[in-house]
Amino acid sequence: MSKRVTKPTEDPLWLKLTLGAVALAFVAVVLVLPLVLVFKEALAGGVDAFFNAMTEPDTLASVKLSLLAAAIAVPLNTVFGIAAAWAIAKFDFRGKTFLVTLIDLPFSVSPVVAGLVYVLIFGNHGWFGSTLADHDIRILFALPGIVLATIFVTFPFVARELIPLMVDQGRDEEEAAATLGASGFRTFLMVTLPNIKWGLLYGILLCNARALGEFGAVSVLSGKIRGETNTMPLHIQLLYDNYDYVGAFAVAALLAMLGLLTLAIKSFLEWRYADELAASHRH
Amino acid sequence: MSAVGLKFAPLKSQHVLPGFRLSLGFTIFYLTSLVLIPLLALMLRPFELGLDGVWEAISTPRVLASLRLSFGMALAAAIIDSVFGLIIAWVLVRYRFPGRAILDALIDLPFALPTAVAGIALSTLYAPSGWLGGILAEYGIKVAYTPWGVLIAMVFISLPFTVRTVQPVLAELGKDVEEAAATLGATRVQTISRVMLPMLYPAILTGCAMAFARAVGEYGSIIFLAGNLPGISEIAPLLIVIKLEEFNYAGAAAIGVVMLATSFVMLLALNAIQSWAARRR
Repeated sequence: MSKRVTKPTEDPLWLKLTLGAVALAFVAVVLVLPLVLVFKEALAGGVDAFFNAMTEPDTLASVKLSLLAAAIAVPLNTVFGIAAAWAIAKFDFRGKTFLVTLIDLPFSVSPVVAGLVYVLIFGNHGWFGSTLADHDIRILFALPGIVLATIFVTFPFVARELIPLMVDQGRDEEEAAATLGASGFRTFLMVTLPNIKWGLLYGILLCNARALGEFGAVSVLSGKIRGETNTMPLHIQLLYDNYDYVGAFAVAALLAMLGLLTLAIKSFLEWRYADELAASHRH
Repeated sequence: MSAVGLKFAPLKSQHVLPGFRLSLGFTIFYLTSLVLIPLLALMLRPFELGLDGVWEAISTPRVLASLRLSFGMALAAAIIDSVFGLIIAWVLVRYRFPGRAILDALIDLPFALPTAVAGIALSTLYAPSGWLGGILAEYGIKVAYTPWGVLIAMVFISLPFTVRTVQPVLAELGKDVEEAAATLGATRVQTISRVMLPMLYPAILTGCAMAFARAVGEYGSIIFLAGNLPGISEIAPLLIVIKLEEFNYAGAAAIGVVMLATSFVMLLALNAIQSWAARRR
């Protein structure tokens, strides 16, 4: 009597064990091992060495620069994401699908190519290169270049969270508010925003994580001047190439912790507010 | 290509909601100035050189080798990730076990972990003195500073795309089809391979294409691991960076155009897969 009867839609035990073992082993080797190694190497010289590496002036400068670049790029892309989602979800117009495809475009462009296109515009031999040089405006190898690179690679994050969510939610509630005499801004603030707040936070979270971690595009545009135009990921490269492994892994551990925090908040949002996120995240 | 040339106007004029012109105007302005015009600057560059000039810049053995390596390894990584991504998605959707939520969250690690962090971690892991590099060295396999390093980094970076495209589709597959197959006498393995897998093909293909697109353009994690030997383990994005550092804008732009053309082709392919999937339904 104790023999368990497997349902016809359930995998036999041997299959379960095989697939489960393959999945776990693959994730452990490919994903978990590198993550564990980051923290192990960061603490290889002891806790003191870790904190000394973290408080080194050039390292602190790179942290500050990364935070500054993200603090400019993320809000701009957030405003863009809200505007794009409002136009696409609340109105019908020709070329809508095409517009959505174009918004997603930066995701399929190599980060190095993203850096390259701005060099072709603002570099010495670029479209506006000589004009900028005449007026002594620096874009390449300075903060504006780093911000441009960050904006490009994080461009679609907020928009692609909000567009499917707001299309799903329709426009009835906003139309009711507008009919009752609410202004456009008030309608957005009192009706739309409460509906999309978790989706918005989700998009900002991913946008911010990518902004702080971007390497390829920023490395083309920053000039990598130590202590001045080095962001955290670029500083990791500099330390690593100079055989300062404790220093490199200390900064890497900081970014890895930020990444884990992002994953934790993201999973929490998917679990707690699944109904208020874009449908593809409900699982 | 130009969004400007299209006429954007609401189809119905009796709209009560405000902000159409403002929001769409800002969207198009922001998109055009930050993404479209810069990409246009790249696409017009070859015409300044002439097509012969572009061909000359691309057809050197070093550039061709880097393109072959980037495309070949990206394809291999996308296929490896598609196979394991399918298995992982299956385990996550169909099985219940302790720690499932953590495994699920971990899949997105390559999205959350900056590529430079992944790069130095993988490089240390697969170096001959590293945890995995040491074991592999005993069997005479070298990963770090060889083309296999490119493959390893690409497999890492692209895994979430394949899992995350298959997972929601698999979760929505109704049990009725499986039950029907089982009732008609199919074994479990037959049900999976003959009935369920074909229904997942569009999702698997989409994930594979996205993984390929990401891997072919990847830079940060690869350069630490691959050793970057010209003609052997030097990827195309790295060659763009090298040409820029030599102030060879034309050469960098020529490779950039090839990469960008690939991006467009992948976007078209993804759209084609999606409309194929929609027709199948």
